[in-house]
Amino acid sequence: MDQFTLNLVVVGATFALYFGIAIWARAGSTSEFYAAGRGVHPVLNGMATGADWMSAASFISMAGLIAAVGYDNSAYLMGWTGGYVLLAMLLAPYLRKFGKFTVPEFIGDRFYSNTARLIAVVCLIVASITYVIGQMSGVGVAFSRFLEVKASTGLYIGAAVVFAYAVLGGMKGITYTQVAQYVVLIIAYTIPAIFISITLTGNPIPPLGLFSEHTASGMPLLEKLDQVVTDLGFGKYTGHTDTTLNMFLFTMSLMIGTAGLPHVIVRFFTVPKVSDARSSAGWALVFIALLYLTAPAVGAMARLNLIDNIYPQGAQSDPIDYEARPDWMKNWEVTGLLKFEDKNGDGKIQFYNDKSEAFKATAEGKGWAGSELTVNNDIMVLANPEIANLPGWVIALVAAGGLAAALSTAAGLLMAISSAISHDLIKGTLNPGISEKGELLAARIAMGVSIAVATWLGLNPPGFAAQTVALAFGIAAASLFPAILMGIFSKRINSAGAITGMLAGLGVTLVYIFLHKGWFFIAGTNSFTDADPLFLSIKSTSFGAVGALVNFVVAYVVSNATEEPPLEVQELVESIRIPKGAGAATGH
Amino acid sequence: MADKSSSNAYWAANISMIRISLIIWFIVSFGFGIILRPMLAGIKIGGTDLGFWFAQQGSILVFLVLIFAYAARMNKLDREHGVEE
Repeated sequence: MDQFTLNLVVVGATFALYFGIAIWARAGSTSEFYAAGRGVHPVLNGMATGADWMSAASFISMAGLIAAVGYDNSAYLMGWTGGYVLLAMLLAPYLRKFGKFTVPEFIGDRFYSNTARLIAVVCLIVASITYVIGQMSGVGVAFSRFLEVKASTGLYIGAAVVFAYAVLGGMKGITYTQVAQYVVLIIAYTIPAIFISITLTGNPIPPLGLFSEHTASGMPLLEKLDQVVTDLGFGKYTGHTDTTLNMFLFTMSLMIGTAGLPHVIVRFFTVPKVSDARSSAGWALVFIALLYLTAPAVGAMARLNLIDNIYPQGAQSDPIDYEARPDWMKNWEVTGLLKFEDKNGDGKIQFYNDKSEAFKATAEGKGWAGSELTVNNDIMVLANPEIANLPGWVIALVAAGGLAAALSTAAGLLMAISSAISHDLIKGTLNPGISEKGELLAARIAMGVSIAVATWLGLNPPGFAAQTVALAFGIAAASLFPAILMGIFSKRINSAGAITGMLAGLGVTLVYIFLHKGWFFIAGTNSFTDADPLFLSIKSTSFGAVGALVNFVVAYVVSNATEEPPLEVQELVESIRIPKGAGAATGH
Repeated sequence: MADKSSSNAYWAANISMIRISLIIWFIVSFGFGIILRPMLAGIKIGGTDLGFWFAQQGSILVFLVLIFAYAARMNKLDREHGVEE
């Protein structure tokens, strides 16, 4: 069986499984559609949260970004796990006690204002759509490779599958399907990593392999990697080239964004008890950590293997001839995500850092006229098993895993968007008398529109999948997280404070992002780039932490200048702080 | 609802647990992983330094311990103050 057929069989089999579960658990009432009837065990909920959480950004993109940069991109690792500590301690248990369905509902009740609720809906939609754009570019990469088509064609196919998938089932379908997806994606992620770790270091546990000896050279793996990348003019893999301020703010944005993203928070509405909300966050992190501890090993080893493929005699010798390139390069050339351009006409593939001034003389001395290979970072994880010459079924499995990751998150996000529109916007404000059927229909239309917008913007994404997703985290960090946190931990913050705070945080962050990434992410309309950012070398992906600070300060100052919240709201805050009396959720 | 004084003591105890946990959370990630990394550069581990390990693995392991420790401690606190479900 050739690779193409094998891919189709494995991906097809996993899809049949997800669709089967979705149909079996098809949502009936609105309560089931949003929150799965609350009967989900913490361990299963943690696993589903893991699948929901680990998107194309984590699975397909993150290790590639770590591979490309090294230490500085550890921000992704710390940021996307550290947020769970905040969730478990600062948000999840209290929101579960509050016992409604959506994040805007909490903000509307706590700040006794429909305006606050509407602003929360806007924040949620902006963050979630940005997130879906990132997913779409990841889906596009995965589909383009395994169907052997152009990246844009892959994107259209992916969008159609996401639509069919998300519209079919509600949360309940999604919860159980996501458990299945977690299993598929974690197996797909770890198996190639184990193979590669054994080949390179002899250690079958990738996180340990990363800090072990590189068998071929007898040097520690990371030292070997530092050596080969500096031989080609790149920065040291373990070195720190970003500013410390930017790395700090980036990590902070990702952490508080994690705790502010509605599709993650909403998972904690589905556990039976307040105490389960705390342990669910822990279980979610256990399942997430399995991938996140493997990712840095995947990144480092992929980078080493890639360079080794191009410079089989060592990074100081000649690279391979283009005609003798390995099959995986030919496969990826089809997608347009890997490109070769023979700048000096010698038929060899020179791959090095042509932006390094220090390396210029060395390159010219060798007759090199610029780096000739462009590798899209988002292909690293998917290409990894091919680069390492692993069997065909492993390659097919990774394609299936990447699609599982992208689909599960896209579905969760679309749920959050559609419930914000149908439940908070239409039922909560515009048309309270809407029937259950009408509400479900509105939810489905909202999903369709969101997918269309995200697909269109995904054709020219503002960055690699994980970078686009990082922008979504910045937006959530600056808008929703501070409002929820202050709503629980302060009785003094009133509606005027929360509203101005959210608007200020969202506004300043969006403007900063649009200045760097183009207005409404339309390519070419930006005034600055992340290579040369506007303010204190803070990149647009890191600005969410600054936006959050603005939100806190504005909310505090405005609240203190205006009257205290009414007594019944202060009592509401008292009651969500203790677990006792948490009943089933009521949203109607 | 539990009486006011008990729930105030419960909340104060919760806040102090959160404070301790978040101090540790900050030190292992932003501290050891980023700001203090140059100070830990002398401690070698597998071809690199301790700060690199904290940034890529150590902080995640500590986060896990923090959440489960907090969850267990809070369950006990809930019972002591009679506010459990």
